[in-house]
Amino acid sequence: MIARERTLAWLEPLLLALLNLVLASAVAALVVWGIGQDPWQVLRVMVQGALGSQRGLGYTLYYATTFVFTGLAVAVAFHAGLFNIGGEGQAILGGLGAGLLALALAPHLNAWLMLPLMVLAAALAGLAWAFVPALLQAWRGSHVVITTIMFNFLASSLLAYLLVNWLKPPGSMAVESAAFAPSARLPRVHELLAWLGLDWASSPLNLSVLLALLAVWAVHALLHHARMGLRLRTVGQSPGAAAYAGIRPERQVLLAMSISGALAGLVGVNEIAGVSGRLLLDYVAGAGFTGIAVALMGRNQPLGVLLASLLFGALFQGGAEVAFEVRGFTRDMVVALQGLLVFFSGAMSLALAPWLSRRLAAWWPRGGGHG
Amino acid sequence: MRGIDKRFGAVHANRGVDLSVRTAQLHAVVGENGAGKSTLMSLAYGLMRPDAGQIRLFGQTVELRHAHDAMAHGVGMVHQHFMQVGNLSVLDNVLLGAEPHAWLPRARRIARERLLDLMARTGLQVPLDRLVQDLNVGDGQRLEILKALFRGARLLILDEPTAVLTPQETEQLFEVLRRLRAQGQTTVIITHKLKEVMALCDQVTVMREGQVVMDAPVAQTSLAELAHAMVGRSLPVQDPTDSATVPGPVRLQVSDLRWRDPAGAERLGGIDLQVHAGEILGVAGVAGNGQSELLDALAGLIRPQTGQLQLGAQVFGPTRWLNPSLARQLGLAHVPEDRHARGLVMSFAAWESAVLGHDGLPAYCRAGWMRHRAMRAATRQMMAALDVRPADERWRCADFSGGNQQKLVLAREMGRSPQVLLVGQPTRGVDIGAIATIHARLRALRAAGCAILLVSSELDELLALSDRLLVMNQGRISACMARAQVDESRLGLLMADSAPLEGGT
Repeated sequence: MIARERTLAWLEPLLLALLNLVLASAVAALVVWGIGQDPWQVLRVMVQGALGSQRGLGYTLYYATTFVFTGLAVAVAFHAGLFNIGGEGQAILGGLGAGLLALALAPHLNAWLMLPLMVLAAALAGLAWAFVPALLQAWRGSHVVITTIMFNFLASSLLAYLLVNWLKPPGSMAVESAAFAPSARLPRVHELLAWLGLDWASSPLNLSVLLALLAVWAVHALLHHARMGLRLRTVGQSPGAAAYAGIRPERQVLLAMSISGALAGLVGVNEIAGVSGRLLLDYVAGAGFTGIAVALMGRNQPLGVLLASLLFGALFQGGAEVAFEVRGFTRDMVVALQGLLVFFSGAMSLALAPWLSRRLAAWWPRGGGHG
Repeated sequence: MRGIDKRFGAVHANRGVDLSVRTAQLHAVVGENGAGKSTLMSLAYGLMRPDAGQIRLFGQTVELRHAHDAMAHGVGMVHQHFMQVGNLSVLDNVLLGAEPHAWLPRARRIARERLLDLMARTGLQVPLDRLVQDLNVGDGQRLEILKALFRGARLLILDEPTAVLTPQETEQLFEVLRRLRAQGQTTVIITHKLKEVMALCDQVTVMREGQVVMDAPVAQTSLAELAHAMVGRSLPVQDPTDSATVPGPVRLQVSDLRWRDPAGAERLGGIDLQVHAGEILGVAGVAGNGQSELLDALAGLIRPQTGQLQLGAQVFGPTRWLNPSLARQLGLAHVPEDRHARGLVMSFAAWESAVLGHDGLPAYCRAGWMRHRAMRAATRQMMAALDVRPADERWRCADFSGGNQQKLVLAREMGRSPQVLLVGQPTRGVDIGAIATIHARLRALRAAGCAILLVSSELDELLALSDRLLVMNQGRISACMARAQVDESRLGLLMADSAPLEGGT
């Protein structure tokens, strides 16, 4: 009976995620069919585009890297009972932190020094952007859902202001900063592989992917092995028990939001240091919000976030391919399909849970008599 | 209800229960906490579905999937915790979900007429236009009953209706219930207060460990017989003289402790007490008279506005009050009354909850990292010490039965040989065998020189364990005496504050 419980503990979320995926796909297929396209063709192009080539795989992993950061950010806050929907703004600040540092210091420092500093700057800037809402939540009771979403708008306005008024090189028409010096460019994976003598198609996939894996491991260690994580989860799961244990909720709110903001800030490393090599507008492109769906689908567990990020990465890359390859299938349709997946895996992620739980109980009854 | 079976994991809450309630009777279902009576009633009200067995209501076999189905079949339930919307008026609370007309002003008019009629007939008087948050507990309960009747309940289920009432309110409630019976209303009362059963009811069903052990007309039974059936054996009466210990030095002392809740109501009105090493000080009182707040203040969970607290050698005042972490360092352990909200983190594995409050101890934590193996080993020890079942530390806290959750909390708090132990409702929801174990452990702690403050709603428990007893009434201590000076009836009278409580014994 205990073996059954333990198997179910990991089997059930996995089955549920698959079920939601199938459901989303089915509804998406209906929509595609409804606009007169062949769902199978779209699916084929999507899978082929996301996973079928070195280049596609590279893009998938590049998108997944960003989603790991924002997904973990949402998950960490969630464990403390907080809903951080400010990943978008914190990611913008992360890029801004890394970018400003690069513009200021990259001409003078080598890459070995510059890149770690940029990672740090991105994390700290994201942290700072989450810290203000956290302070307001902890001491003033202003709900983080409200404040973080406001801070998203502030962040994008701040970025636009800085770019237009200060960072745009004179005479340039594009709203972009000057390109960073080479020491502030995070190496791409295909460049490294080429350096090792391996041939790999070019893609934006860069070393941030390792940082993302490190973050998955670190968040797991924090939540499940560190005392800090135990206290943080206690506050999130049972404020009454936390008070009883003498845990101050204010501190845990600050801590969780800080870690959350720092994780979201690391998106800036992937996008700014890894890909664009300059500051520009819209480099987060909704990844902060996708992180919410990623975290929900991954049940707020680091490994789950990793798997969900891979799925969403594949969806984004595959979707881009579909928009490109399938005639009459616009970019907006792809967004609609992604929306369906977010809807079923995110917002509706637990809608089928009671049903699944009952089915499992029926298929695999509790063993009695073992005492 | 026939052959009702319900399991929760390892717990068999109802096994083959038969219960039949006749129309126009007051039927009591009694049993100790955890005997399965609440489960049975939740099944009758459609909150859960039985694993086996069938339910017949007014001659008709029904399948209740939701409370909604039960209501449609004329079953109404009044929970111990009221389900009310505080910022709506009494009238609107009654209306909510049962509007007699889609146009609200008209619905209100219809409902008001029917309610005035209902109130006149039943004697359930509640001010219809007052906001629910301004009602007292008795009015709140009358509102709940009105709500059920308004929805056409022909069978009314009351879960522990008197637990939160003052004696006067209890008497009023009984009056109403008798009146309802005279009008043909059928009522089931879940309780563990046998005197109330004797005073009020026609028929009584006694449950123990998920089974019906007795079903008889009240007229043909006696208090002693009921008590015996409920507990399953005569409770061993602790001879007070055999536990009479020489009280040691004062370990915990408070004076002039006053606390107002955030709404400004005075919950503690100047408490003075001392707990000596090697004694158990029992705190009695009708629930809601400040016992919970007293425990919270002494554990450092709330900060009183005035008062002084001495714990060991340290003295605390309102500006620098005790906090829970410091309390633990000073050797104060606390078994909270509410294990769900306080004592455990329900979604955690047992071994994670087992270090709650102690997670910083070197035994469990090194350089900021939790020592999982040590935590698990310690949890297994705690489980062995109080026979927690199943003895698997990887189970989620929520999956243990209430009694086993309680044992885990007790094991955690008693395991560290505390100097002072605050215990709230130590045996609430705990099975009979475990009660004996827990009582024995508390006595052993006392013998080891621990100062114990015991808050309990079970008079038997207070009388069996305490060396001295306090009675709390409206946030004040209304009586204080040695165990030898009281018996149950006198204690009951003191709790009722000289108001007549019992009608029938």
